[in-house]
Amino acid sequence: MADRFRGVPFVAKRLLGAALVLLVLATVLYALFYLVPGDPAQLACGERCSPAQVAQVRGQLGLDESAHAQYLHFLQGLFAGRDYSSGTSVQHCAAPCLGLSRQNDQQVTTLILAGLPATASLAFGAMVVWLTLGVGTGLLSALRRGGATERVLTVLTLAGTGTPVFILGLLLMMAVCAYLQWLPFPSYVPLTQDAEQWAWNMLLPWLTLGLFESAKYARLTRSSTLEVLAEDHIRTFRAYGVSERAVVTRHALRGALPPVIALSAIDLGSMMGGAMLTEQLFGIPGLGRLLIDSVRSVDLPVVVGVVLVIGTAVVVANAVADVLYALADRRVVLS
Amino acid sequence: MTPQPNGPTPDSAPVPVADTATGPTGDRAAGALIDVRGLTVDFPAGDESVRAVDGLSFRLSAGQALGIVGESGSGKSTVAAALLGLHHGTGARVSGSVEVDGIDVQAASVRELRRLRGGTAAMVFQDPLSSLDPYMAIGDQIAEVHRTHAPHVSRREARRHAVTVLDRVGIPDAARRSRSRPHEFSGGMRQRALIAMALACEPRVLVADEPTTALDVTVQAQILDLLHELRTETGMGLVLVSHDLGVVAGNVDDMLVMRNGRAVEHGPVGTVLAAPREAYTRELLAAVPRVETPRTPVATAGAVPASAPASGGDLLLEAVGVRREFGRGKNRTVAVDGVSLSVAQGETLGIVGESGSGKTTLGRMLVRLLEPSGGSVRHQGRELTGIRSDLQMVFQDPVSSLNPRRSVGESVADPLRAAGALTDAEITRRVRELLERVGLDPRWYHRYPHEFSGGQRQRVGIARALAPGPRLIVCDEPVSALDVTTRAQVLDLLAQLQRDLGLALVLIAHDLAVVRQASDRVAVMRRGVVVEEGPSDRVYDAPRDPYTKSLLAAVPVLDPVEAAARRAARGSVGALLGTAAG
Repeated sequence: MADRFRGVPFVAKRLLGAALVLLVLATVLYALFYLVPGDPAQLACGERCSPAQVAQVRGQLGLDESAHAQYLHFLQGLFAGRDYSSGTSVQHCAAPCLGLSRQNDQQVTTLILAGLPATASLAFGAMVVWLTLGVGTGLLSALRRGGATERVLTVLTLAGTGTPVFILGLLLMMAVCAYLQWLPFPSYVPLTQDAEQWAWNMLLPWLTLGLFESAKYARLTRSSTLEVLAEDHIRTFRAYGVSERAVVTRHALRGALPPVIALSAIDLGSMMGGAMLTEQLFGIPGLGRLLIDSVRSVDLPVVVGVVLVIGTAVVVANAVADVLYALADRRVVLS
Repeated sequence: MTPQPNGPTPDSAPVPVADTATGPTGDRAAGALIDVRGLTVDFPAGDESVRAVDGLSFRLSAGQALGIVGESGSGKSTVAAALLGLHHGTGARVSGSVEVDGIDVQAASVRELRRLRGGTAAMVFQDPLSSLDPYMAIGDQIAEVHRTHAPHVSRREARRHAVTVLDRVGIPDAARRSRSRPHEFSGGMRQRALIAMALACEPRVLVADEPTTALDVTVQAQILDLLHELRTETGMGLVLVSHDLGVVAGNVDDMLVMRNGRAVEHGPVGTVLAAPREAYTRELLAAVPRVETPRTPVATAGAVPASAPASGGDLLLEAVGVRREFGRGKNRTVAVDGVSLSVAQGETLGIVGESGSGKTTLGRMLVRLLEPSGGSVRHQGRELTGIRSDLQMVFQDPVSSLNPRRSVGESVADPLRAAGALTDAEITRRVRELLERVGLDPRWYHRYPHEFSGGQRQRVGIARALAPGPRLIVCDEPVSALDVTTRAQVLDLLAQLQRDLGLALVLIAHDLAVVRQASDRVAVMRRGVVVEEGPSDRVYDAPRDPYTKSLLAAVPVLDPVEAAARRAARGSVGALLGTAAG
């Protein structure tokens, strides 16, 4: 009897586990507040604040409470939302409240939601590039094994892995925008504003990140294809006169792709937290830039928030990867 | 069951035996299905090359069966692959001519080769699990192969045809099971599915490369019977490649014995087996353990009367109602379910059973490598609570049971070092003695396992077990990974050690003949339980349990006439009992 596919209970179980992991992560990050040197109130207020003003800020941020009480408030904000009073007005921060930015009193969730579309645009677009380019080159070099094609591709992928992403991006930008002048220097345009401009402006960032990642995918695809091609069942279909193309596309590829899918899901997950170098290089206002800026200004609530988003994305992507893996290879038992 | 009456001839194929009796070189009709002349295959190995097949010639007429036998490395599988042109594009150098159904395999275009493969000659491989695509439903795999050779057939028709052939090879509930993936099938059912794949293309000849080597003896008999039945029904030819003379004996007309890539002897199977002309064939035949021959009384020559059943005085090891479970909750399986056994000093207890019967688990509990979940193991009347140096074990796989990064001398020395009683010099001297004792050169102390052959590695394993001076050694499938001639040598060594040292042996094996040849008493295990136990001769000559009877009836025999008679008997039993679990 064919095993019934147990995807839904598996995902439910995984998400529950993920919630626990994230809670632990949040707690550890929260502890960082107290480990970072310096007075948070002084940092938030600025160097020229008088002691009275610092005390006022401390009160607004709730830093005059005990660490214990602050933690409970933090959790309360996370699950139920909380209110912040800034002397005269009261600001309500809804359910997954990650606090207020110390720089500009904006809610961290607002800042994250503002950065997410740019980051998602970059990550998904880059994934399309690395899947087509990476898997394509990997397959090609596996099938042309020992030939000149493979040697050329091996050198190219090695060069790709060895080139830092910012060098690659700079070179691309210099070549395409400055020298050839095929594209203007990219500046981010939201998808909702103008889809065509969005795509043209994202083209270089996609290529940069996608090319950089595709070297890794080419190597993975190549090795896992070669592994599957050496397996006995491939020999069976060859011995039954099945054409080489059908052997590769129907049998070898199916065995070779699951690890690629799994890695893609994880990479995509971690990129949701922002591909920092690429975002910085092309001036994309995504989560990566937000994270860098907030680290620079010791804006801890924002740092904690972005890291939590990265954590969530990685955990969810992992669960999705496991389900995809099990769908592709039914011998895998989800448990 | 075969539809026609079973005659005394081993095979009811239309080719008269008298024709084959003229010898393989005799001029048969021009319509030979397979015509191999001077086939030579070289594999490049570094700067040199290895000759796997050397000037081999044979023919096969339509509807005939040829058996190719030989030990590992004799080139028999290379011949099978060459019949389908599987060496194309692998770097192997093939010379001579291979013609299959009029197609010159050497010169054939890719298109012709594809038509040949499956359409004219279909291959059945050794390991049915790895030979099927793990990601795809079995019915889809068969349908794909079918459509490759019949492009006009629709997807749906091909799928229906797959169900038909699965049904034909005896897969119960074929329509539903065709949607299963290979890992959901048992070993025997997978091999049936592979045969169904071959049948789907209606080939003129089936090339079966060790089709039953990975299977239990009763399943092996079912698969061989199926192959025979399909052959008589469809009239297709068969090339059966096997290391097992018994498998070949009952299923082919002609037989080709290979050694080092050359044909040693070639002729009608009855003649080759009954009156072999070549010394090597005689040697091979002599080394085959016979399930019907009683044990040669070597062990009784020693001081201990070996055939005496375990009695109170010299009782060495006793298992009382031992149980072992694995897993928890829903996944719990009982591997050994209340087994009681005893081993006397100096005797050999054989434990036989098919895969999954619990024999290895039992053996490991006897030396306390595994703790029983229930019951007890007593050593000289006292409860066994931990590993003891006088109870040792020899493992099945001589490759993986030796540390590849330690010299063999070091491996043998390990148990002595662990005991801590001897100085380094004494240990080295003792190891050299032990190596000599198991028939290895003591100067090989510093060599590594990869420098040894399979039989030599198993000797190292035996030396290691002997090192602490045990009273009993549990040998878990000690010879199943070895060729037949090597197998006989290792069994001789064990018998000799037993005689010289008064050792008790527990010999665990799936091969009934091996166990009979070496054991005083035998226990037959099935699904974690001992179904029958007693002196070897009694169990083998007058089995009481129906399972023991079916096991013995499934053992391949070397006499083609006897094999046919047994097949007929199995056929009628099978019809009465319905299809056995495959």
